[in-house]
Amino acid sequence: MKNYLVTIGLEVHVQLKTRSKMFCGCPVEFGAQPNTHTCPVCLGMPGALPVMNHQALKMTALTGLMLGCTIPPVCKFDRKHYFYPDMPKNYQISQYDLPLCLGGGVPLHQLAFPKDVQKTVANPDKVIPLTRIHLEEDVAKSTHFDASSGIDFNRAGTPLMEIVSDPEISSPEEAFAYLTSLKQILIYGNVSDADMEKGQMRCDCNISLRPEGQTELGTKIEIKNMNTISGVRRALAYEIERQTACLDRGEKLLQETRRWDDASGQTSLMRVKESEADYRYFPDPDLLPVKTEAIVAEVRPFVPELPATKRARFASQYGVSAYDAGVLANDLPLASYFEKAAANARNPKNVANWILNELLSSLSNTETGIEACPISPEHLDELVNVIDEGKISGKQGKEVFAEMFATGKAPGVIIEEKGLKQESDLGAIEALCDQAIAANPKAVAEYKSGKLASINFLKGQVMKLSQGKANPAVAGEVLAKKLA
Amino acid sequence: MKAEFDVRYTAGLARLNLSEAEIAKFQSQLSQVLEYVEELKGVDVSQVEPTAHANPVFNVVREDEPRDGFTPQEALANAPRQANGLFAVPKVIE
Ligand SMILES: [Zn+2]
Repeated sequence: MKNYLVTIGLEVHVQLKTRSKMFCGCPVEFGAQPNTHTCPVCLGMPGALPVMNHQALKMTALTGLMLGCTIPPVCKFDRKHYFYPDMPKNYQISQYDLPLCLGGGVPLHQLAFPKDVQKTVANPDKVIPLTRIHLEEDVAKSTHFDASSGIDFNRAGTPLMEIVSDPEISSPEEAFAYLTSLKQILIYGNVSDADMEKGQMRCDCNISLRPEGQTELGTKIEIKNMNTISGVRRALAYEIERQTACLDRGEKLLQETRRWDDASGQTSLMRVKESEADYRYFPDPDLLPVKTEAIVAEVRPFVPELPATKRARFASQYGVSAYDAGVLANDLPLASYFEKAAANARNPKNVANWILNELLSSLSNTETGIEACPISPEHLDELVNVIDEGKISGKQGKEVFAEMFATGKAPGVIIEEKGLKQESDLGAIEALCDQAIAANPKAVAEYKSGKLASINFLKGQVMKLSQGKANPAVAGEVLAKKLA
Repeated sequence: MKAEFDVRYTAGLARLNLSEAEIAKFQSQLSQVLEYVEELKGVDVSQVEPTAHANPVFNVVREDEPRDGFTPQEALANAPRQANGLFAVPKVIE
C-alpha cells in the first residue's frame, strides 16, 4: 500500500451583513415570507439596471485588509453565464479577472483545530494562502417538491463574498482550523455572522490525492453540501479513505462533484465533470469599474484588533496563560466581557479563571449566551476583588456567584443579605482560636507530640465557631503561633 | 486568416436547437462578423488602456439603504405557475 499526499482547497461563500442587496435596494432579511423582497433588478427583468452597494464593496475591502490581501487599484464586475431557475437573468454578476482582493492568507492557531487533535497538531500556526476574494450576487433559494421546484427570490441578488484558498490545506483537521479561524476573523470585522448552519457561510471543498513522490496533482474531486465545520472535516476524511481505497485497487478517479450526506456520513456522486464549464465571462456593460483606493482608505480605520493580536495582548497585559487567552479571544463577546471585568481587577488572571470555570459552565448549563449573561462584568470584577481582598472565602464566593447568576444582584448586596463577611479581624480570630484550643486538649496534645495534621481539626473547630466566617488562612496562622 | 466560428458549440451553450440548414446559415454569417472584427486587430492600440466602457467613469455606487420593491403579488404576476408564494418551475435535480 502506498502513501498518498492530500491536497485540499476551499471555496468559501460568505453572506455580508448589509441592509440591502448587492445591486438593488431590496432589503436583506432572512426568514421573510417568500418573494416579499424583490424588484425588477433582482428578478432579472429586461431593462432593469444594477447599481453597486457601497457598503458591500467596503466590507469586502475590509476583509481583504484583515486577511493581508493585495487590493489592486481597479476591480470590475463580469457576467457569468449559465441556465438555472435560481438565476433569472441567465447570468450571475461576479468578478472574473479583476477581483477586489488578491493573495493574503488565513492564519491558523492551536485552538482553531478540533479539540481531539489540538495537543498533537504539528504545525498549529500555519498560514493558509489565499488565491483571491471577490464579490458577487447570491442566487434565489430553491425548494424541491415531488413534481416541481419552488423558487424564492428574497435571497437573489444579496451580496456574497467568495474567498478562495490556494490548494495548500493538507488534512481535514487543517480545513477545520481554516474555517474556524476564518469565521473568527469575519466576526471580528463585523462583516458576517458566518454561521454555516444558517447558510451565512457555505463551503465547497476540492480534494485530490497523489502518491508520495509524484509532483503532478491527482484528480480533483469537489464536495458540496456541507453545513457545519465538523461536517467538512468528516466529509474530507471520508473522501480520503474512499479515494485511497480506489487508488489502492488501481482504479482511475474521475473528475466529479460529490454530495456529502451528514446523516449517513458518506459522500455520493452528483455528476461527473466531462468538460470544464464554459461560462463565457465578459465585463458587465451595466456596471462601471471600481477604483479601490478611496474605498480602502475609508475602511482602513475599521480594521479591528485581530484574534492573534488579541490573544498575545491578553497574555502580556493581563498575565493569563496562552491557552486561556486563546479561549477568551476565540469568542469576541466573551473577550470583551473579560476586558470589561478585568479593567479594574486586582488580579485579572483570577477574573479569567472565574470566567473560564464558573461562568462558562453556568452559561452552558442554562444554555445562555454571554450576551445575555445575568452577571454584569462589573459585578464579576467586584466579586473577584472581594475574594482577593480576603473579605469572603473562595467557598463563600461560589455561593455568592450562584446567587448573582440566579438573581443578577450585586455581590455586595448578596454578601450583606447573607451575612457572609469573612472574619479577618485578628482579635476576633484569636479569641475563637483560644476557645478551640481550650475545648480540644486532645488535639492540642497530638499536635504538640508531632501530629501536625491535628491543626486542621482545630482550624475546622474555629471555622465552626465562627459559623464559617473566619478567614481560614488567618485562623491557621494564629493557631500555629499559639501552639508553637 | 479565415476566422472559424463554432456554431454548434455556441448554440449548445445557449441551449438552442438548430437545424443543419440553420447551422450552415449562421456559420457563414457569423464567420463574416468575425472577419470584420479581425480587421479591427490591425489598429495600433499599444498606447490604449483596455476597458469595457467608452466613458472613463468609475465608482457609481449607492448607499446601503433598503427600500421597498414589489409586493409578492406583483413579483409573481408573470409566473407561469406559482404555489405557496413561490415561482413553480419544472423540477430541477442537482
Ligand atoms: Zn431587488
